[in-house]
Amino acid sequence: MNDTSLPPSPTRRRLLMAAPLVVAGGAGVAFWRMLSGMSRGSFDPHDIHAPALNRPVPDFALPDQAPGTGFSAQDLRALKTPVLVNYFASWCIPCVAEMPVLNVLKDRLPIWGIAYKDKPEHALGFVQRAGNPYARIAADRDGLTAIDWGVSGVPETFLIGPGGVIRWHTASPITESMIANTIMPLADSLKS
Amino acid sequence: MNPELGNFALALACCLAAGQAILPLIGANRRDARLMALAPALAVGQMLALATSFACLIHAAITNDFSVQNVAANSAVSKPLLYKITGVWGNHEGSVLLWALILSICGGAVALFGRNLPSALQARVIAVLGGVAAGFELFCLTTSNPFARVWPAPLDGQGMNPLLQDPGLAFHPPILYTGYVGFAVPFAFAIAALIEGRVDAAWGRWVRPWAVAAWCFLTCGIAMGSWWSYYVLGWGGYWFWDPVENASLIPWLTGTALVHSAIVVEKREALKIWTVLLAIGTFSFSLSGTFLVRSGILNSVHAFANDPARGVFILGLLAVVIGGSLLLFAIRAPQLTTGGLFAPMSREGLLVLNNILLCSICAVVLTGTMYPPFMSLLFGKTISVGKPFFDATTIPLAIPLMVFMGFGPMVPWKRAQMWPVLRRLWWAACVSLLALVVATFRMRDILPVLATATAVWVICSSVADIVERLRLFRQSPAQSWQRARGLPRAVFGAALAHAGVGITVLGIAGMSQAAHRIVEVHVGQSEMLAGDSWTLTEVHPAQGPNYTALVATIEVRHDGRLITTLHPSKRTFASQHQTTTEVAIHTNLMADIYGVLGDRHGSDADPTYVLRLHYNPLAPWMWLGGLIMAFGGALSLSDRRVRVGAPRRAKAADMVAAR
Repeated sequence: MNDTSLPPSPTRRRLLMAAPLVVAGGAGVAFWRMLSGMSRGSFDPHDIHAPALNRPVPDFALPDQAPGTGFSAQDLRALKTPVLVNYFASWCIPCVAEMPVLNVLKDRLPIWGIAYKDKPEHALGFVQRAGNPYARIAADRDGLTAIDWGVSGVPETFLIGPGGVIRWHTASPITESMIANTIMPLADSLKS
Repeated sequence: MNPELGNFALALACCLAAGQAILPLIGANRRDARLMALAPALAVGQMLALATSFACLIHAAITNDFSVQNVAANSAVSKPLLYKITGVWGNHEGSVLLWALILSICGGAVALFGRNLPSALQARVIAVLGGVAAGFELFCLTTSNPFARVWPAPLDGQGMNPLLQDPGLAFHPPILYTGYVGFAVPFAFAIAALIEGRVDAAWGRWVRPWAVAAWCFLTCGIAMGSWWSYYVLGWGGYWFWDPVENASLIPWLTGTALVHSAIVVEKREALKIWTVLLAIGTFSFSLSGTFLVRSGILNSVHAFANDPARGVFILGLLAVVIGGSLLLFAIRAPQLTTGGLFAPMSREGLLVLNNILLCSICAVVLTGTMYPPFMSLLFGKTISVGKPFFDATTIPLAIPLMVFMGFGPMVPWKRAQMWPVLRRLWWAACVSLLALVVATFRMRDILPVLATATAVWVICSSVADIVERLRLFRQSPAQSWQRARGLPRAVFGAALAHAGVGITVLGIAGMSQAAHRIVEVHVGQSEMLAGDSWTLTEVHPAQGPNYTALVATIEVRHDGRLITTLHPSKRTFASQHQTTTEVAIHTNLMADIYGVLGDRHGSDADPTYVLRLHYNPLAPWMWLGGLIMAFGGALSLSDRRVRVGAPRRAKAADMVAAR
């Protein structure tokens, strides 16, 4: 855009013209480190949540989201039976798609919802339209709790075992086959 | 035999491309006419070799040659013929070959249509295209050879991902790739100009049609991709701010900026260095998008087979192409002469503003897309950047862009007065204010209201532009018709493209008011949504060529009058153990009635079905607007000035345009 301004000094001009190269070079080095990290296994964008697995849920306390009541890390750690924690948002379209499946699942496994970066009235409308599969609903308005949980986007679902330990998680919409093949067998084994 | 022939043709194309990259460059430097004359011949030869290679791959797919690994992994005997052909580019290896083929067609097009270019410039442009092509063909040969054989050959292939078995997606990749790869031509022009050390008005005039052509294809490709995710994924959404989608949006934004800044180069010989950088940047973003998607660095819902080893090769290729061109830019650009100053209130001033806003949107989208992997690399933290971020950042930038878009075509070059422009646009402003008031009562949120008003403003001001130029209502219809014939088509093209943007934005604003419901019903039961009554009348099984299906019949009535009967279905593909939902959509162009059949519950004697019902106002406008934009671009390409490429003959038309 320097055509519009007064002609800068030759050195400044040179530096300005070299800026795109420097930026691209920096990005290139970063990409190379990501790639080499991927082949070593230290960098995996698809499974970034592995560290959270088999560890207690991080500390948090979230307020109520109508029509449910909020919950905290203590509530999850006090549990004796498994629950499913589901991050959702009214603006998230895959969340709409997984609601029918959650509505069936809720009779076999309690589901606790966390409304992610959502206006309270929007989340309320969404839950009511979808037939409310949630036993409790908390609101994570600024998305800070989600960062601690390692959530990369919605929908994202965690299976919490007794004592509040994260046993399983997925970053894609829940499907019937996921419930039949993974979630229910795992939940049943955690009950006994 | 044929796959080997294809493999040989691919290797031959790679050799020809290497020659095409080196010999004309030497020729152009030494002013050796014979070496320069090699360029078009080599480009056409490379194109023919790749076409042969591609034809061999299609032949292998049609004849079910499962000894070819690529065919065995992606095709099956039971697959319909259309998808056997289109499935060739539905996978990694085939799509890289298609990419190379389109690149070679671009080279061939410059060889055939660029005969009026100075021979040194043409030779250099073709040489740069050859260099890029050689890199991609080498990539194809070494890491993702589509002709690799498998032994023993299986009796039947593994079949294709059922989601891809769709006519929309079959033709989406070639169009999108043509858009991506088409920007290689402006890129090659930019590199050639940097090597020559000269950018002038003629360069702007030569580069613009290629940029416009690529832009048209990219626009169509993005619109088709969005339409595909709307009706195939069955989530009722049309844009997910997914990395793969953003990878196509980013070059579109810079490409749109390029199409506009090249006008300033052509008319005013200004913004030259910036335009060169945009041409390099647009193609670099196209290339990087492919790299990021294929290497698996970006986490996407559109699953691709990821392979870090391939990523390393592409990254090396990118380092040479992008790094090399930016290095050349850093060395040569400071020596280019800069253009004169100009007033902020002028056509060129508004075009600069257009570029600033488009590039800001691009920077925001780029940041949102790249932030998660960079945060994870630098700080080991996971961050999510979702729709709220993109909506909150892009829409406030898009709204002023559209406001200025309405003024742009009305404002004269060099120096303009505000008042005459406003006088011509008063009725467009009134209509937009009316739209603002109506929208405020109909919609709750502020952003859709503003988007509606600015979209109406863009459409009205495009109409006002044409009305003014034709002096409609001020002269007799015959005189206006006479003026219409004298006006360059590019003027109509620009007005159409701008109106297309407005129509797309109206569609997006309408979609923000979409309503949906999830219901569980027995056969015969009715539910209400958006004032319509939806009745599930029956559900029956059906048999397809390579799947079994469950088909529902939903009758939608308004005040007891039947509007439409929807047949959403659920398909189960036995060979892949996968189910897909087939959405049923009824449109009357003002709204889509969109039904999805979900799961079946309850006992066999008394089953219930989950239905997802959507009412999407103005949804078809989003894609219609995209098509209108692309058509506007194509119309301006058909302009006589572009085809002839002769500035002198266009003088008369220019005078009419400038008035």
